[in-house]
Amino acid sequence: MVTLKINGEDHTVDVSPDMPLLWVLRDVVGLTGTKFGCGMALCGACTVHVDGMPTRSCVTPVSAVGEKKITTIEAIGETPSGKKVQRAWLDLEVVQCGYCQSGQIMSASALLASHPNPTDADIDAAMAGNLCRCGTYPRIRAAIKQAAQSESTPIKGA
Amino acid sequence: MRNAEAAETPTANTFAPNAFIRIDRQGRVTLVVHQVEMGQGTYTSLPMLLAEELEVDLAHVHLEYAPPDDKLYANPLIGFQVTGGSTSVRGAWEPLRRAGAAARIMLMSAAAQTWKVDAGSCRAEKGEVIHVPTGRKLNYGALVDKAATLPVPDQVTLKEPKDFKLIGTPAKRLDSHDKVNGKAQFSIDVKVPGMKIATVAACPVFGGKLAGVDEAKAKAVKGVHRVVRLDDAVAVVADHMWAAKQGLAALDIRWDEGPNAKLSTADIVQQLEAASQKPGVVARKESPAQGDMAKVMAGAAQKVEAIYQVPFLAHATMEPMNCTVHVRKDGCDVWVGTQVATRAQATAAQVTGLPTEKVRVHNHLLGGGFGRRLEVDFITQAVQIAKQVDAPVKVIWSREEDIQHDIYRPYYYDRLAAGLDGQGMPIAWSHRVTASSILARWAPPAFKDGLDADAVEGAAELPYALPNVLVDYVRQEPPGIVTGWWRGVGPTHNIFVVESFIDELAAAAHKDPVEYRRALLGKSPRARAVLDLATEKAAWGQPLPEGHGRGVSVQHAFGSYLAQVAEVAVSKEGEVRVQRVVCAVDCGMTVNPDTVKAQMEGGIIFGITAALFGEITIKDGRVEQHNFNDYRILRINEAPVVEVYLVKSTESPGGIGEPGTSAIAPAVTNAIFAATGKRVRKLPVKPDQLHSA
Repeated sequence: MVTLKINGEDHTVDVSPDMPLLWVLRDVVGLTGTKFGCGMALCGACTVHVDGMPTRSCVTPVSAVGEKKITTIEAIGETPSGKKVQRAWLDLEVVQCGYCQSGQIMSASALLASHPNPTDADIDAAMAGNLCRCGTYPRIRAAIKQAAQSESTPIKGA
Repeated sequence: MRNAEAAETPTANTFAPNAFIRIDRQGRVTLVVHQVEMGQGTYTSLPMLLAEELEVDLAHVHLEYAPPDDKLYANPLIGFQVTGGSTSVRGAWEPLRRAGAAARIMLMSAAAQTWKVDAGSCRAEKGEVIHVPTGRKLNYGALVDKAATLPVPDQVTLKEPKDFKLIGTPAKRLDSHDKVNGKAQFSIDVKVPGMKIATVAACPVFGGKLAGVDEAKAKAVKGVHRVVRLDDAVAVVADHMWAAKQGLAALDIRWDEGPNAKLSTADIVQQLEAASQKPGVVARKESPAQGDMAKVMAGAAQKVEAIYQVPFLAHATMEPMNCTVHVRKDGCDVWVGTQVATRAQATAAQVTGLPTEKVRVHNHLLGGGFGRRLEVDFITQAVQIAKQVDAPVKVIWSREEDIQHDIYRPYYYDRLAAGLDGQGMPIAWSHRVTASSILARWAPPAFKDGLDADAVEGAAELPYALPNVLVDYVRQEPPGIVTGWWRGVGPTHNIFVVESFIDELAAAAHKDPVEYRRALLGKSPRARAVLDLATEKAAWGQPLPEGHGRGVSVQHAFGSYLAQVAEVAVSKEGEVRVQRVVCAVDCGMTVNPDTVKAQMEGGIIFGITAALFGEITIKDGRVEQHNFNDYRILRINEAPVVEVYLVKSTESPGGIGEPGTSAIAPAVTNAIFAATGKRVRKLPVKPDQLHSA
């Protein structure tokens, strides 16, 4: 039995310690917003935050997470940077098929939390691990810049 | 988003004047949408068509997936229920507006009867009918019972384009919210009570079979339920994907590799090369004045010849292939994201032996399609697995399985020749396409007299005025490898070939590539206009630094006109970086202009991935690529700036999902030629062929 802190709630799950966090989230806890893309940390679709750090959940065994706080796409809108990123994504109509966008938004939110005014080089460094087959990159770049310039709004409830 | 019930049985108390519209007593408007959303924006553009004529706010149109039904929901441009070929808006342009107009007329008649006034004194706006002289209003919901008793009008008058309120305005995508908060439901996200998860390994060699499997080690993995054997594959069924993956890895599988065990890409290319020596089926032949092609060629001041090749390509949709199936004695449910709902239903019926109407298909958002989800191989396989499992089972392919068992874009081998006159202008043009036929497999009736119309699309009908033209097609199937649709279909290959060769002719004539094209586009003012716009915005002709170059392409395909100018930088090591792409597009009337721009941006980046990196190769009968490490996809740090300019037009809408992709490769390789003097005739671009000593 492992107890994980996911989006502010404790979840006790009966899984082997080597099970990747991705499959615990999707198949055991039932949070399917985090996506499977490659299984080898090559595409970033599975990105979540572990203690605020962007983390590829497909190669992260639950044993490596322990007591750390996990945030997924389902709750990223409750963080100041996540809220700004989601709003910019909507304003600039970033999404197409949408499958990679959970991971994109998680990476972008972590970037803004650590670099409130990212340069193009910062964006490249933070986002190069997130593939988008629909080719939404130009809008992702623009949306991150817009989010960085937008006012932080107070967090409203959960 | 819900799946609509079978259309013959609309819920009671609902006004359903046709297959597409449901309005309930609360005034809730539902569009039963027959096309799928795979990123291209149909779940916004199609409701816009309906809302325009129905006179409702776009935000108030709810969507439900149409059930599989070729009679009600056929794509008029293709003939059955299918989303593909950049046809969604083109196919729905009239039918959905007519559906909306018919419903509006019936609701207005119902209001007029209620008020005992002339329907001509009423108008509709924002989901209400208004009696203009008195200002009385009735919500559509209050009118549905009466409207449902009225005859559906045969004739409706559609709005003039000048009266459009919605069409042509930038509407926000209706699917965005759920795609930024994790709520969007792709088929991989399906949860069904009692569901198991399976993952699968098909024989790595094309055409091979399962010889035997020792399942003991797999069954020892905690969470594994059982091992399922198919003729050519093994699946492990488990509580969750991790157990299924571990179980599959633990299996000791023996394959009968069959006749293709030694097959390589070189064998396939050799077969294509040999086949291309002989004349094919003529797709176009025009020799009006000068007579025989050979004679004209022989009399040319200059002859240019070239062979072009493009490789097999995988689709690599971000959502790997997956399908959830529950087979019972009395029925079957299929949860999937598919571009071909009726084919999904038919294959499940065939595998289970159930009547078609006992198979329910629950469609979903598609995590990328690009043609991959026009196939049902993974659905057939999931049903075969589920047939052996006494529970719903979600079959998920690993990325490796997805790349190694795709249905690939064909390998094309093209021979071109042109004769030029003393001024360097073409007086003869011949183009032979040699490749497998997608149509012969996928839509046999469309494969007529040995000609695959898709294989020559973008080659047979050129926007250029050329006096003597011969385009022919030789069918040559690769052993064991199934080939299929890939974003941009025929034009993705042919526009690369044609626009590269035109560039070669311009070079042979010592003329500017843009001026050379302009001189040949006299008959095609729309093509010339996009060329002029793109080259103006790209500052064509302005000097660039050493190692940089600009290249151009012009395209008429999918009912739209495009010109692109790519600007590349080639390093001393031969690494190519596409820095900027300027795209001018005339796709007729636009429904949602921002979606047109988004499709061009994304389509261009999709095409650059293929031009620079995309290649599936075969060795020992199996695909050599595995995952995104060796099947590379362009990343954000490698993506160019993309500028899109729309030409205002009153022509009928053209397609926009694919043209961006099909026009980009030649713009890039022509830019490489401008930068390096090296002509790329084989994709993908290989740095070792471009490095400067």
